[in-house]
Amino acid sequence: MPDLSNKELNITNVGLRSFCENIQSAGGSATHLDWEPPANGDSEIGSKLADLVNHKKIEVANDEAFGRYLAANPVLAGVGMACENLPNMVGKTILHAGAPVDWRDMCGPMKGSILGAAIYEGWVDNLVDAEKMADHGEISFDSCHHHNAVGPMAGIISPSMPVWIINNTEHGNQAFTTLNEGLGKVLRFGANSPDVIKRLKWMEEFLAPTLNSAIQKTGPIELKPLISQALHMGDEVHNRNAAGSSLLIKKLVVGALGSDSTQNEIKEMVSFISGNDHFFLNLSMPSCKAMLDVAHGVPHSSMVTAMARNGVEFAIRVSGLSGQWFTTPAPVVDGLYFPGYSMDDAAADLGDSAITETSGLGGFAMAASPAITQFVGGSPADALLQSRNMRNITIGTNSQFTLPALDFAPTAAGIDVRKVVDTNILPVVNTGIAHKEAGVGQIGAGITSAPLDVFVQTITPLHKSVIY
Amino acid sequence: MLKKHMILKNHYSDSVALMRIAADLEALPGILQATVIMATEANLERARAIDLLDELIEAQPNNILIAVSTQDANAAAAAFSEVEMQIKNLSSNKDLPTTIEPEAKSILMSVERNAELNLALISCPGEYAGAEAKKALNLGLNVMIFSDNVSVREEVDIKNIGLDKDLLVMGPDCGTAIINGLPLGFANVVTDGPVGIVAASGTGLQQVSSLLSQWGVGISQAIGTGGRDLNAEVGGISMIQGLNTLLEDNKTKVIVLISKPPSNDVAEKVINVARAGSKPVIVCFLGWDDKRSDDLVQFARVLDDAAEFAYVKVNNGNVPQRRNFEINCGVEEFDHNKDQKYLRGIFSGGTFCYETQLILSDSLGPVWSSTPIDQAFRLKNSWISQEHTVIDLGDDEFTQGRPHPMIDHRTRHERILQEARDPETAVILFDVVIGYGSHANPAAEILTSIEGARNIAAKENRHIDFVGFVCGTDRDPQQFTRQIEMLKSAGVKLAESNSKATLLAVSLIKTNPVTKDYK
Repeated sequence: MPDLSNKELNITNVGLRSFCENIQSAGGSATHLDWEPPANGDSEIGSKLADLVNHKKIEVANDEAFGRYLAANPVLAGVGMACENLPNMVGKTILHAGAPVDWRDMCGPMKGSILGAAIYEGWVDNLVDAEKMADHGEISFDSCHHHNAVGPMAGIISPSMPVWIINNTEHGNQAFTTLNEGLGKVLRFGANSPDVIKRLKWMEEFLAPTLNSAIQKTGPIELKPLISQALHMGDEVHNRNAAGSSLLIKKLVVGALGSDSTQNEIKEMVSFISGNDHFFLNLSMPSCKAMLDVAHGVPHSSMVTAMARNGVEFAIRVSGLSGQWFTTPAPVVDGLYFPGYSMDDAAADLGDSAITETSGLGGFAMAASPAITQFVGGSPADALLQSRNMRNITIGTNSQFTLPALDFAPTAAGIDVRKVVDTNILPVVNTGIAHKEAGVGQIGAGITSAPLDVFVQTITPLHKSVIY
Repeated sequence: MLKKHMILKNHYSDSVALMRIAADLEALPGILQATVIMATEANLERARAIDLLDELIEAQPNNILIAVSTQDANAAAAAFSEVEMQIKNLSSNKDLPTTIEPEAKSILMSVERNAELNLALISCPGEYAGAEAKKALNLGLNVMIFSDNVSVREEVDIKNIGLDKDLLVMGPDCGTAIINGLPLGFANVVTDGPVGIVAASGTGLQQVSSLLSQWGVGISQAIGTGGRDLNAEVGGISMIQGLNTLLEDNKTKVIVLISKPPSNDVAEKVINVARAGSKPVIVCFLGWDDKRSDDLVQFARVLDDAAEFAYVKVNNGNVPQRRNFEINCGVEEFDHNKDQKYLRGIFSGGTFCYETQLILSDSLGPVWSSTPIDQAFRLKNSWISQEHTVIDLGDDEFTQGRPHPMIDHRTRHERILQEARDPETAVILFDVVIGYGSHANPAAEILTSIEGARNIAAKENRHIDFVGFVCGTDRDPQQFTRQIEMLKSAGVKLAESNSKATLLAVSLIKTNPVTKDYK
């Protein structure tokens, strides 16, 4: 039998606010919910969601998936060539950011980037031929995510590009990302002029070997402590990587000086990294990928294991629904634009870098990064609020990544699709903004939210997987 | 087009902050384009590239450069002073981080914040209410669903989950409950005591709990079930669960069950559970004739009887001291004219409307209604009375686009005036329901209507009697006694309960010398 007599009533009020006030004025304890219909008001999905709330199978699966994410230990092991390290990277394969997308549907920057990569690979020597090649289906395209990799913005990885090799020493999986080219006219924003290709070649032939020798000399570099330190130094390791890049170079210089690299090679390496405050982004991203991949594929788990954008669609993967992407049209980011540009010039949201938010960093760790709080409304208080708010849609927190401004509170991590749909609190994503035309480059930066629709889509298949 | 710039020396600001300021500048009238940057070589290059700088400028990397293109030198000057102010604000805006936590957005969120939660009160639109109830139950909370428009299938689902988890499910369409002394939804502030109530009728629960409380007998728990609980499809799940809960509850000594007449099967099921217990149970299935009353299970035909029987059980055979409002009501003034033959009952409580029909059909004969007990007497037009008519203005038909008449008196006001215009109206009977959720001063609203009605009737030399009662207690925000005094001062003939008020109205019709011939 229900037994109320021994307990003081403690009420949560859904609906008419006056009921809550009446209870309070009668001396009772009640709190009012800022309720709105879940799932965009789709009551059928809302009803399925209700069945999943506090469902034993999902809770157990999420504990397992989240536990794996927490235990993962990504370590920088070296730099190698994409085709020699990424699985199934055969022939004329080019990988891109986000969910799979056909060549003809790709956004401008991604196309531009692919054309540049074809020239870089030496398959053709001009853009016209490169386009013909792509049109004729001579290049196979696939998502970075399908090859244990992630890529910022267009996220293009072609076979001979150098990649960071990240080993998860706890579970044995690997993750990869290209080296960051810097700002301005760069391939990841769709630029493909000769100077861009030249820089990529230099990175392949000189930078990559120098970096690799340095790493081999220092030994594997644990990345979680580096990320954690960077958070304490004002990075959120997505849109701000100044601290992380500085910490990295400290490690690399010592290794490089002890390696066989020439004085000049070391000088060029140091000067390249010093001139690029985003260099560390390409290490924070594969670290997150390595941590999240081990959480993927736990049956019944409602944990998001990837958020990714290909410039056309915003997509997520969910642990318990492996093998599927849930997609919806990518939003255009309402951010801050460089002089001369506006939202009209912007490509839709692009890049795999939202893997950082999926892992509890980036926008989720905004409180760590007061310097860029203008993106979230101006004041550090807004940033704190944002980081705290994300706690409401995650499975738990990651005490390895802490936020000084919130009394060293752990970051919110492990997005739970059920909580997103139930609260309509959307995961925030800090992001750069690419010009919609190939080759122009970055035109701004800002904050966006993952669209509710992708999370709503997961409820029915999740329901099917747990309720017979 | 003019290109203007300004340099602020020895200032450093993050580029993101400066971009925000530049965006504001571009919104100013007369400014075509603006950039605000730290004057590093790379940034200057960028500004030149978009043709914002046409002169050699001398700036250091730790200077802030503001450059605009404009048609108007004054606009540029205004822009520059705006920037200076904003840049100063960047460093002086030192509000402390906000500590106010926004309201929770979901039941789960509220549970995560407060592990002590044990009941969810749900009044969101009906199509979402079932899902919210399931969430609450899945999280171990009891639920009260005020919302209606929840499907019967969903109601049965939810109630079964509640049974399974030993959690109370009150509703859907449960208007009122009193749990551990706390009024929920539309409810009265009653004293604590030995009588437990389970009710499928909100106003029924309010009537019985208020009467008992006025007589000095308190309530242990008053559990609502929702109006459909005793239908064949639902099968009385909540009433039986509630009854069992009260049978086990140490504080409860006497139990009252209230419902419109259930299906026979469900009634027998409920009665059997009552008989299997060891506490006196008063069963009030309105109008239900059952001769099987005994020491354990006693049947009451109307709410007033149910309250009185419970009082008698608690007080070892003593009857309550009735308040005799009728003394002051001047029954001798039988001054209806020959056409004034009919009673008009204008209710805000559905159960009162039902109960009044029961009593009238015993005493006056046919009664028309928009919610008739006997379908043969359904009003052809709910908005127009005929002969004896009683209507429930709380019914969906009357509440389209308007709040419930217990909150918003406009519909009732119009209807009372309309009845006053009808030369056949002799007596207008009404309920005044107070307590949490109801209008802050319903008597005042009614008095306005009565005054209007009397003016209309007086012009045609008619006198209309007003008969009413107040459902509530002195501890309600509107205060029972205050409401009674207001009505009394306006000459309303008052009774203690709905059934007593109805009988009083009947007597005014029957004893009127002119209308005596009718019947």
